[in-house]
Amino acid sequence: MKIIVCVKQVPDTTEVRLDPVTGTLLREGIPSIINPDDKAGLEAALRLKDRYEAHVTVLTMGPPQADLALREALAMGADAAILLTDRAFGGADTWATSSTLASALSALEYDLIITGRQAIDGDTAQVGPQIAEHLGIPNISYAEELRIEGNTVVVRRQYEDRSHILRAEMPCLVTALSELNEPRYMTPRGIFEAFRDRTVKILTRADLAIDDGNIGLKGSPTRVMKSFTKAVRGKGTVVELDARDAAGWITERLQEKFVL
Amino acid sequence: MEKHNCNGVMIFVQQTDGEIAPVSLELLGKGRELAEALGTEVTAALLGSCIQPLCGTLARYGADRIVVVDDPALETYMTEPYTRAMAEVVRRYTPDILLCGATALGRDLAPRLSARLHTGLTADCTGLEIDPETRNLMMTRPAFGGNIMATIACPDHRPQMATVRPGVMRRADPAEGARPPVEIVRVEGLAESRNVDILEIVKTISSKKDIQDARVLVAGGRGMGGPENFAVLEELADVLGGTVASSRAGVDAGWVGKDRQVGQTGKTVRPDLYIACGISGAIQHLAGMEDSEIIVAINTDPSAPIFEAADYGVVGDALKIVPQLTESIRNARAKKAEV
Repeated sequence: MKIIVCVKQVPDTTEVRLDPVTGTLLREGIPSIINPDDKAGLEAALRLKDRYEAHVTVLTMGPPQADLALREALAMGADAAILLTDRAFGGADTWATSSTLASALSALEYDLIITGRQAIDGDTAQVGPQIAEHLGIPNISYAEELRIEGNTVVVRRQYEDRSHILRAEMPCLVTALSELNEPRYMTPRGIFEAFRDRTVKILTRADLAIDDGNIGLKGSPTRVMKSFTKAVRGKGTVVELDARDAAGWITERLQEKFVL
Repeated sequence: MEKHNCNGVMIFVQQTDGEIAPVSLELLGKGRELAEALGTEVTAALLGSCIQPLCGTLARYGADRIVVVDDPALETYMTEPYTRAMAEVVRRYTPDILLCGATALGRDLAPRLSARLHTGLTADCTGLEIDPETRNLMMTRPAFGGNIMATIACPDHRPQMATVRPGVMRRADPAEGARPPVEIVRVEGLAESRNVDILEIVKTISSKKDIQDARVLVAGGRGMGGPENFAVLEELADVLGGTVASSRAGVDAGWVGKDRQVGQTGKTVRPDLYIACGISGAIQHLAGMEDSEIIVAINTDPSAPIFEAADYGVVGDALKIVPQLTESIRNARAKKAEV
């Protein structure tokens, strides 16, 4: 069985800071990580490798530095890694990103493609289902459990108030939730090999059979018109009182506002 | 699709077991505003099996026209039959704008559909307006966990697609007597298009009221110290006729269920009264509750960001103050009843 896991390298947004003057994101010094949902997808693939000797390839599109995310995946146990990198891919929205990834995937062999549900920098949850559409294969989103039965994948698919247990024939694409599992750590030997011996295959624009109109900024139907930080609502009154007085004070304020 | 051939606002109506998702009614309300700005109409696209009784509700909440695809293959949501049916509806009606709730269903259907239609999709929007100059839809959404807002347009592709966070838009006041036309669309091959089997449906709903429907929310965070202390929040919520919610910290710690979570990665709420107890107020939390009518915050840390968003803040231990507050409100209520 061949599995390809699509991952994204993202800034650790829990540590994101904004420039107080310009309001732009301060990326410098922010550690990059493998997006959490993608890492759960990778772990799911590695468990299938442990059990069925599946072959696991990790694929990412990004700047040359995304090599680091792929080496981490190799150190966790992935068999091969591919980095799609080219200036021509820059500025892509989810449509162009998914069409570029799908173009690379269509030249590879796979039974199962796993992506994370969404990345913590964009939170769109679009690229997984869009890749499946471009490839013309079924997709199951929001996987909270995943197992293989014969030539099918059985997934517990999460909704707000229920779950569907779904079965799809492979090849298909599944998007993973972080809840799926607890990803393993890199092993010291894995790290050593990943960073010294293993190769990350680089694919560029020239390696893909795709129109210029379907990649990068040019291939992106959407445009970011502006970005800004949200205004915080006006600050109210803050008091420091002992518990009983504080309770009385809040009660009075709510009475004034006719909430009670 | 050719831009100049497209017009009108279309809302994908999400229904499960014959019940319309609240976000779909919110979108009809927003769709109405956008349609008025463009001088056009709002079409509700209703998909399912035996769902025509729902048309009355869609009429009351602002649909000018209802397009129905009623097919046994659409009884339970599955990606491919729904994508196929919606793609056909869009091709026939050529809407300028197509809106969908940013639910676990909408966030699967909309991307698949946008890829098929070769158009742009903006996810999880919290603001939608028409640019008066270009008449394009300006879609505003949070990114980086709510740290940054971005306004996105889809200038040349149609329809302009967006998913919208539940709880953000307001539904219109229901209007009785509206009789919009209902048009039935038949889509061939829906049953044959199924490529995923449903083996089982497991309901996981909690018995508590949905926090997005509550008028009063009493929310607890890390400062509550543990799940056992949420009982005092339940008592306060009971007195106020409200329900209990949580910040991400409370959910991640396993103290309360994920369906209780307020914030960027949880739900957006806008109750009449929001009482934040032991919640520091990270941006990702504020993004989900700052539109509440009145915000009360109780926290031991005077520099907690929650105080920047609160109308009334008390620096102190929520564990001590909340029981006192429950008592105080109970007394105030009793006094009011006497008068």
